Amino acid sequence: MLTHRIIPCLDVNAGRVVKGVHFVDLKDAGDPVEIARQYDKAGADELVFLDITASHENRDIMLEVVRSVAEQCFMPFTVGGGIRTIDDVTRLVQAGAEKVSINTAAVVNPDIVQQTSRRFGRCATVVNIDPKRVVRDGKTVFEVYTHGGRRATGLNAVDWAKRVVQLGAGEIVLTSMDADGTQNGYDLEMTAAVAEAVDVPVVASGGCGCPEHIRQVLTQTKADAALAASIFHYDQYTIEQAKQYLQEHGIPVRLAA
Amino acid sequence: MIGIIDYAMGNLRSVQKAFEHVGAQAVILSSATQVSDVDKLVLPGVGAFADGMSHLRSGGWVEAIRGYIGGGKPFLGICLGLELLFDGSQEDAGDGELVEGLGVLPGPVVRFSNDAPDGSRLKVPHMGWNTIEWQRDDPLLRGLSQGDAVYFVHSYYAQPTVTDQAPVISATADYGIQFCASVWRENVWATQFHPEKSQRVGLNILRNFVSI
Repeated sequence: MLTHRIIPCLDVNAGRVVKGVHFVDLKDAGDPVEIARQYDKAGADELVFLDITASHENRDIMLEVVRSVAEQCFMPFTVGGGIRTIDDVTRLVQAGAEKVSINTAAVVNPDIVQQTSRRFGRCATVVNIDPKRVVRDGKTVFEVYTHGGRRATGLNAVDWAKRVVQLGAGEIVLTSMDADGTQNGYDLEMTAAVAEAVDVPVVASGGCGCPEHIRQVLTQTKADAALAASIFHYDQYTIEQAKQYLQEHGIPVRLAA
Repeated sequence: MIGIIDYAMGNLRSVQKAFEHVGAQAVILSSATQVSDVDKLVLPGVGAFADGMSHLRSGGWVEAIRGYIGGGKPFLGICLGLELLFDGSQEDAGDGELVEGLGVLPGPVVRFSNDAPDGSRLKVPHMGWNTIEWQRDDPLLRGLSQGDAVYFVHSYYAQPTVTDQAPVISATADYGIQFCASVWRENVWATQFHPEKSQRVGLNILRNFVSI
């Protein structure tokens, strides 16, 4: 039986882990390798590293981080943030990233999704989609944003999800820009719409404040996995507590022996 | 000494480091002639089947691998490294055809269907931690409990041809259907999942391979 993955997300700036609320007000939460090792021990199913480094010069630091994590943590992890070209993808894979996650570049240049999928396989190709609820003609639509939620694209999240799967994405990480940082729960309606529309795994992201939110998104939508940051980083709940809660509510999870 | 085949199909450091973590010495082999230097051989890999075969061919690995296995020393395939051992794969093949594999083990490699037999829709790739049930007393899986979870990320799986004389499947997993999670025949072992990414359980498997 396939279990649902619980995935802590680490925002990394110039080699240090930070967590933004609505992507601003960053707080330093430590050394990525050390945190990864702790999550490895704590039984996280996977890790996502999001490089939010603004300057291009500091990007090599991220490759160092990826290399160290790959050598010290025997668990799956995905690296995203700032990927612009197939060369960026190649460098990350060579450093040891098992999956790479493409966001803005997929919108700007959809070819990169196809190239990544061809060269490294669908299994290594993840696309991040960051929608926001907007009202158009009196109707709520889920519009895709890029550049960390600052730029509207005019794309509808469901259509865009289908498109990136056609291009070769093997997984979608769906982050609600409205819910992100609020700890008020995932955007269930949006997650349901996207997870229903595609036949690849969807990771729900944005808004997790407690294990009950994870239960909701895994039972009320077809999301396969749940990503969370603050609730784990600041020790509000351990991974084990979250998984215990889910298991008690009949959701298959992997519990550490 | 364990040799890890480098045939340009992904990063091999995590496999090497995982072996080192369990106390083994592991080297990355860049040339097929080096297989004679190692006591155990590992074929890892992610990516497309056809690319994998073409890199194995151009590097002279096909004969080296067959010869090594024929010589009776322990061999371990991981993920694509399992799939390549079989007769061929549906991946990138025409209708009703297979892209030819190493042919060490009998049977095809086929794609998961999005439609499960019970009528539900399945997400493909099959990605995440799935429980496995071992079917035989395989030395590679010793110390595991029935239902331990390991990490999978793949769209294709092997369908070993069932013959009376030699069983191939050593463990199965359930994803809409029962599929082949690992194989063992004589000195050939392979896992569809990634032991090097499967934390405690995976390291246990690698430790077992080291002590075979």
